[in-house]
Amino acid sequence: MSLVEINNLSKTYQMGEVTISALKDVSLEIEEGTFVSVVGPSGSGKSTLLNLIGVLDQPSSGSIKVANQEVGRLNNKERANFRGDNLGFVFQNFNLIPVLTVYENVEYPLLMVKNEDSGSQREHINGLLDAVGVLEQQSKRPSQISGGQMQRVAVARALVTRPKLVIADEPTANLDHDTAYKIINLMKEMKEKWNTTFIFSTHDPKIIGEAEIIFTLEDGMIKNREDRRIQ
Amino acid sequence: MTKIARIAYRNLLRYSRRTMLTSMLVIIGIVAVLLFIAIAGSFKQLMVGQITDSMLGHLQVHRKGYVASIDNSPLNLNLKAKQVAKVKAVLKGNSSVSSFSTRLKFGGMLSNFTETANIRLNGINPEMEFQTVPLLSQRVKGKNGTNAAPTLNQGELWIPETLAKGLKLKIGMQVVLVATNQDGSVNGVPLLVSGIVGAMTGPGGRDGYLNIKDAYQLLRIKGEEVNEIAIRLSSLDVVNPVISNLKEQLSAVKNKNGKPVFEIHTWEKLSPFSNIAKIIDLLTLFVKIILIAIVLVSIMNVMLMAVYERIREIGTIAAIGTSPGKIRALFLMEGLFLGFFGAVVGSIISLGIIQFLNWKSLTMSFGRQDTLILTPTIAISEVIITALIVIGISALASLQPAIKASNLEPVEALRHF
Repeated sequence: MSLVEINNLSKTYQMGEVTISALKDVSLEIEEGTFVSVVGPSGSGKSTLLNLIGVLDQPSSGSIKVANQEVGRLNNKERANFRGDNLGFVFQNFNLIPVLTVYENVEYPLLMVKNEDSGSQREHINGLLDAVGVLEQQSKRPSQISGGQMQRVAVARALVTRPKLVIADEPTANLDHDTAYKIINLMKEMKEKWNTTFIFSTHDPKIIGEAEIIFTLEDGMIKNREDRRIQ
Repeated sequence: MTKIARIAYRNLLRYSRRTMLTSMLVIIGIVAVLLFIAIAGSFKQLMVGQITDSMLGHLQVHRKGYVASIDNSPLNLNLKAKQVAKVKAVLKGNSSVSSFSTRLKFGGMLSNFTETANIRLNGINPEMEFQTVPLLSQRVKGKNGTNAAPTLNQGELWIPETLAKGLKLKIGMQVVLVATNQDGSVNGVPLLVSGIVGAMTGPGGRDGYLNIKDAYQLLRIKGEEVNEIAIRLSSLDVVNPVISNLKEQLSAVKNKNGKPVFEIHTWEKLSPFSNIAKIIDLLTLFVKIILIAIVLVSIMNVMLMAVYERIREIGTIAAIGTSPGKIRALFLMEGLFLGFFGAVVGSIISLGIIQFLNWKSLTMSFGRQDTLILTPTIAISEVIITALIVIGISALASLQPAIKASNLEPVEALRHF
């Protein structure tokens, strides 16, 4: 069953008098519960594609369905609600909230986005922190832990609302190779455990190899789709 | 909402120095405003009290046209005995009137047998006068510079201190008072100086006093004829309802031409200090406006800086699904906290300083009065209103930055470095 359905999607940006086509007539489908990588050189349109699937941006033309909902024309509030209900994000720079502890960063989407009572979710949050290996760091602020630990916290935060889809734009770019590898494996474990679909972009060939499906982008177009599950 | 408040509070602590500086600005502003209100208010209250309780009373009744020519103290505009009786009856029937005093004001010549000077005089019934203007006796120095006993017997005269100095008059010395009566004939009476009256700002501040019976004798007036009735009310707050009531009742008394016989004025209409009081009120308003400007500019500035510095963070919380409304509330809350903290701390410091000033006894001089003791006080309602203004303005100042933050496109905010 398709979680993401994209048909003839294009995105153009206006830079002064110059129009830049970041994505050109892209069509693809992503099944539920898959571990997907989007690769390609800088400027190929990876981040633009992830932003559109992540409902952070709006397409110039074409249609994009996520979790059976057409998300291309939602307004700001609807997009925020959709992201809160269906999506999780892992960022290249971790983007944890510096004034909150590790525990509170993970708790944040439940309280501020889902309006859920924090007490009832304590077990769930602790379980996630344990699963990503930062349970002992739960009282620390982001500035007191390492980059790898911050990204683990970010993965836990992305999963805390039990989203259908987690978008990770270059999640390992700011990590050393070993840590990057551990983070990708952690995401893979989480995918297995929660049946969550992960879409991540990367440049690292070894990490690309961990994906089940690889989309290669070039000049804003899908150049190749490789399904490694068949092999 | 408590979660938003907690995050907002922590965000303020994140930039502790900036938060402290902005709060200090708000605190200094609120302290300045509350101290100004307290000191200026106490000065106003003190002066109004001095004017009404030692000279004018709260209200005055005259014959129509008297106040327009008050500077030459005309005797042809005296209230006749029947008219005085009518006014007395009306005043006795009003429960807000505490007391009243009938006065006969006139001009005369004072001689110490070697020099002569002009003098404005009040012929008074001492008992009624001391009830109506109870602070008058405090202005009068008797023998050895002590306050005179509140009596003014027949044959005695209280002279203004400026005149006493000029004519080298002392308590116990004899003088002659000469005046022209209504018929144009001149008469004189010998009197004994029994008190020296301290000067005061405003009309009547340099007048002398004598017993009204001596005034009748000097002016050859028979019967109870006066030209001023000073009225003391139970409180300054009832001036307006009482004057409306008295005007209504006294306007029914008409002269032969069908025009009202009486005119009635509040102390404000009779004393130039009322203009100073209005200026004080105006200054208080301007000081509040300055406070509003300080709070508005400082909080808006700090909140705009907070938004610009945290664009990527705003992008992150927006990306994970925080609604624009909650982002707006977060920044509004930060501004509100700044204003609330400044308002509470500023109010507490102000109240402390006001207590200290009262303990230290703040003295000041005004005109010829040089030992006025100010007792700065401020109504709690005034403190609360000022604090609420500051908090409200803080919210207003944070509104634009908060809207800016909530309108940021997450995809653009996340790209920001």
